[in-house]
Amino acid sequence: MKKKVLSLLMTLVLSAGLLAGCGGNGAAPAAGGAAKAGSGTAASDIKIGAIYIGDENEGYTYAHMKGIDDMMSELGLSDAQVIEKTNIPEGEECFDAAVDLAEQGCNMIFATSFGHEDYLLQAAAEYPDIQFLHATGYQAASSGLENFHNYFTKIYEARYVSGVVAGMKLNEMIESGKITADKAKIGYVGAFPYAEVISGFTSFFLGARSVCESATMEVQYTNSWADMSMENEVATKLIQGGCVLISQHADTTGAPTACEAQGVPCVGYNVDMTSVAPTCALTSSANNWGAYYTIAVQSYLNGETIPVDWAGGYSDGVVYITPLNSDAIAPGTEEKVKEVETALADGSLHVFDASTFTVGGKQPEDELISDGYYHESEKVSAPSFAYIIDGITTQE
Amino acid sequence: MRMIKRGSISRSKALCIRLAAAVLSLLVCAIVIVAITKQNPLEVYAGIVDGAVGTGRRLWVTIRETIFLLIVAVGLTPAFKMRFWNIGAEGQILMGGAVSAAVMIYLGKSLPNALVILLIFVSSALIGMLWGLIPAYFKARYNTNETLFTLMLNYVAMQIVTFCIVYWENPPGSNTVGVINAANRGGWIPPLFGTYGMCVLLVAAVTVFIAIYMNRSKHGYEIAVVGESQNTARYAGINVKKVIIRTMMLSGAICGFAGALIVSGSSHTISTGTAGGRGFTAIIVAWMSKFNPAIMVIVSLFLAFMQQGAIQIASQFGLNENASDIITGIILFFLIGCEFFVNYRLEVTIKNSPKH
Repeated sequence: MKKKVLSLLMTLVLSAGLLAGCGGNGAAPAAGGAAKAGSGTAASDIKIGAIYIGDENEGYTYAHMKGIDDMMSELGLSDAQVIEKTNIPEGEECFDAAVDLAEQGCNMIFATSFGHEDYLLQAAAEYPDIQFLHATGYQAASSGLENFHNYFTKIYEARYVSGVVAGMKLNEMIESGKITADKAKIGYVGAFPYAEVISGFTSFFLGARSVCESATMEVQYTNSWADMSMENEVATKLIQGGCVLISQHADTTGAPTACEAQGVPCVGYNVDMTSVAPTCALTSSANNWGAYYTIAVQSYLNGETIPVDWAGGYSDGVVYITPLNSDAIAPGTEEKVKEVETALADGSLHVFDASTFTVGGKQPEDELISDGYYHESEKVSAPSFAYIIDGITTQE
Repeated sequence: MRMIKRGSISRSKALCIRLAAAVLSLLVCAIVIVAITKQNPLEVYAGIVDGAVGTGRRLWVTIRETIFLLIVAVGLTPAFKMRFWNIGAEGQILMGGAVSAAVMIYLGKSLPNALVILLIFVSSALIGMLWGLIPAYFKARYNTNETLFTLMLNYVAMQIVTFCIVYWENPPGSNTVGVINAANRGGWIPPLFGTYGMCVLLVAAVTVFIAIYMNRSKHGYEIAVVGESQNTARYAGINVKKVIIRTMMLSGAICGFAGALIVSGSSHTISTGTAGGRGFTAIIVAWMSKFNPAIMVIVSLFLAFMQQGAIQIASQFGLNENASDIITGIILFFLIGCEFFVNYRLEVTIKNSPKH
């Protein structure tokens, strides 16, 4: 009996200790968190929440986390004003996370993965005074919710530029007699067969073909965003199938590793690949999310409305290519890149120029094609170009 | 030093050993936290409590994770009591979830909600039953190894779900199904006293049913006898094959039903992550509880509590989610390890000293 009393006491003390600790550290109540857009807010009063699919060990999320950090230092926010939730899957956990951030008093909540959108929409409907912002999604305009926004970058512009780099390299290979012009086949490791990926590889290909006319491209999908061994395998297969240059829309270093092993030049995505492919990586197309996060939070602070759909490119400084690898690029690349980047930024060059591609031998009819080019990411921020143009073959 | 098997141990003594293990595990966790992160361990523990029960919403999420883990553990109980190593709960949950999603997609917009939910429950239990029946039949008929068989069926289920996702994906090519029937909430289990109240009631009902079934029914007794010794069971005139098949059908049906609760009651979508490893974690829950449903409630609650707390400390202290896995791992290590001291005692003998 004595022992029972003792053990009971121990349990009580333990739980009391835990509860007491909790009191001092509980989440701040949502007081004052509901300032409406339009009224203006002091930078020290704002609270930001972010929901990530992965963590800093994964390229896509790392880029977003860095973007949030850049925004914080740009606008002078303290660490206490930002709550980040990592490794949130695309399921009810995303709703839980969004609602939890809302209850902790966040004024703006960002989520970064495509599959988060439905759950973020649910949370947005429940908390109309909080701004919800979702990257890569497409439902903001059609949802009818004033507090729900989509954002994306015109990454296709950077892919086009990286395509130009690749095309220059192909030309060099042709001129040096390493390959003949008809063998200028690019291999592309794609994640999933849908618009975001298709728009990406098409812009890359158009960039390459703008300097190397005989270029063709073969795309193979991995059906995963990040699967290192699969990406490595697919890249190796493409090289064996006669591809002389590799690019990717997948998140790991699998493809560049395969390229370095085989001595094939490659163009990466999101991060500089020279650490794994020092002699083969030419450059990578990448996003600078910090520019958007700064714009979005700044407009909230100013009391301005946040655009329902936002997509920025070279003119906003949101996309770029990583430093050119001078050990691998063809001579003259730097000058050409500058020229193309300037033309993209001032609007004199359009990536999806309708005169540069055909589908099934003719120009497709599409309401988004006007003034001689396809208006990508203008109506809805998420990419929508889903044609497989002539010169590209795909395999699922 | 010698190990001596204890003949019997008083309940209070066993409880003391377990409590000591719990306290020790928290102490070791504290040491690890300080060593790795230089954070005040009390603050980290406070963060865990805050994350698990700090707000009404968080409490509900913890309850939800508890009952989902509990119902799978309860579903596994009859099989494991029979010493049938059902590693296939994960697949049974996935199949139940996939069928629930199918009913929601194809009937959720046209039929009245109550009927849709009823259909979801029945069809998910049936498919789970089938997923349990297949290995049970082969075990009873050909004496195949049920551990491998049920494990492999998980992969079959996963491939079927992958196919369904490609088939139902919305929008096409995105590799996600998205929230099903977000507009009319067709096939969504309606809230009761709170978001997941209805699920709590259903899980409670199943738990009570299994508690009675295992301890008060002839079937339950037969399961226990088959589990102890198939030969004894045969000698006593029990039809062992029949018991194996019947029990696995029940076990599979409950796990399939768990899939329905997860899909229709909470996530409203289907993905290969729908089961989320619960089919495996529940095995620990069932064994640690010695198949006692009341203790299963406590163990499930504890694991869900730690898991939800972990999410909080990950964002609060900038720790990786893995930090919480370490904490949960240390605690489980002590709690499972202490069972050794419940069953054995150590006696220190000094060499050359006279035996007493």
